[in-house]
Amino acid sequence: MKTIANFLSERLNVIGAWLLALLWVMPLLYAIWAATHPIEYEANFDIFAPLTTYNFTNAWSQAPFARYLLNTVMMTTMIVISQFILCTFVAFAFARFEFPFKNILFAMVLLQLLIMPDILIVENYKTIRFLGLMDTILAIGLPYMASGFGIFLLRQTFKSIPKELDDAARIDGAGVLRIIWNVYVPLSMPTFVAYGLVSISFHWNNFLWPLIITNSVETRPLTVGLSIFSMSEAGVEWATISAGTLMTTAPLFIAFLIFQRQFIASFMTAGIK
Amino acid sequence: MNKKNNLINVFYLLVPGFILLISFTHIPAVKTLMNSFYSTAKGRRASKFVGLENYETLWQDATFWKVFSNNIIYALGVIPTSILLSLAMALWVNSKIIGRPFLRFSYFLPTVLPLIAVGNIWLFFYAPGFGLIDQIVTSLGFPSLNILGSQESSLFGVMAVGIWKEAGFYMIFYLAGLQAIPPDLKEAAMIEGANKWYIFWRITFPLLTPTTLFVSVNAVINSFRQIDHIVVMTQGGPDYASTLLLYYIYESAFVFWDTAYATTLSVVLILLLCLIAIGQFFVLDKKVHYQ
Repeated sequence: MKTIANFLSERLNVIGAWLLALLWVMPLLYAIWAATHPIEYEANFDIFAPLTTYNFTNAWSQAPFARYLLNTVMMTTMIVISQFILCTFVAFAFARFEFPFKNILFAMVLLQLLIMPDILIVENYKTIRFLGLMDTILAIGLPYMASGFGIFLLRQTFKSIPKELDDAARIDGAGVLRIIWNVYVPLSMPTFVAYGLVSISFHWNNFLWPLIITNSVETRPLTVGLSIFSMSEAGVEWATISAGTLMTTAPLFIAFLIFQRQFIASFMTAGIK
Repeated sequence: MNKKNNLINVFYLLVPGFILLISFTHIPAVKTLMNSFYSTAKGRRASKFVGLENYETLWQDATFWKVFSNNIIYALGVIPTSILLSLAMALWVNSKIIGRPFLRFSYFLPTVLPLIAVGNIWLFFYAPGFGLIDQIVTSLGFPSLNILGSQESSLFGVMAVGIWKEAGFYMIFYLAGLQAIPPDLKEAAMIEGANKWYIFWRITFPLLTPTTLFVSVNAVINSFRQIDHIVVMTQGGPDYASTLLLYYIYESAFVFWDTAYATTLSVVLILLLCLIAIGQFFVLDKKVHYQ
């Protein structure tokens, strides 16, 4: 009796898990279907429907996706590099030094985990306008560069590194920057990779702030470009939108396919700390 | 290395990061509060101190209350559902189930796709007439549905997308939590003859409490922060039926250019987040057992 119940519950588990997974990939499967078939088949699922690349070439010619892609790559690179440098410095100070107001300053860092720049769009917009940085790629990145999340993550990692290692370096006469670069950075590589991947996927996909702050083809990231393309008055076809959507997500998606394990492991490391 | 030297080092390490942190988090947060007591500058009319006038407007603004309750419904619907689903996903992916790599891939997929892009695809699923959902519904003999176009259902339409987007992300944290549980605890319980449900509720779930705390804090913040899908799917409509607080802030500031009202709304959002964070910290802190 017990084995039948076990068998049944196992089967139900498998069915449930697979149904959910299919539901979860449906939007992507649909986008692939619509983008690779002629418009007549966008809601007509015929296995023998002819394949076409027309939707991709059409989308590509209707919006400057290449430029948007370049903007996104520049923006993401700039943000991640600045985050690495700034957060490493601040995290190192919190991990290895004693100084006045340390707890208050650390609480200020943690506050950003709750009140994210996304929520302060109105005042941050005014600041960017005041700085004369409207419609620049730098403006998209500025509010995110000193990331509370990054500081916290790196501080946890640095604290777990044995102090004897940097004492040894210090006796050899190495300064703070040299100790960080020669001892702490190499030993924290997994955290840097994890944080980098999490940050890249966040900023590659970020939308609201770039939407507000950018105004031209030269600065718009892919997400904003795609939204303008798909919400245009002219009424773009679903198949073309699907093709555009696939093109904008492709670089990150392909990276995810190849480095799936690293991606998931990275999000895990970033979450546990 | 003396103390003075150390302080100089600390100063140089902290300054670049803190300048940015303060200019884009702390100063704007304080300025948001201050500007909520001033009127919006219009043309040649400069903004002036108006006391609590913006808050009175807010209190009497029926749209604000509509948006506020929308956001509460959104949070109450999305948070528990996505957490439960994420836990189920993690348990499945962590077990020896058929097709584990495919399951893990599918669940995690929405996390790497931009919400704005998938919003476009979901828009098609919901489209009345030829959309996938409507095709299924009408083929079963039910009348055609306009999910995003009707007042009653558009909020639920965007909630579904929110759940779809979030669950796989939280799964990762549960997966990490599950893998940190020592297997001998489970083995000991099995030897004692405990069944699967008993093991789950008495061992696994209590040991996952820190993860649940972490995930629920994240889920609350996200339910007030994520509005990309609303921008592309409904623009908050019809008639504010699917507008969330941050979308209303965005609309007030950058569509109607009433920045004073937008800062007042931002104060409400910040206060709400702080209250929830404090509440969660105290309530859940008492229930965390590490026995």
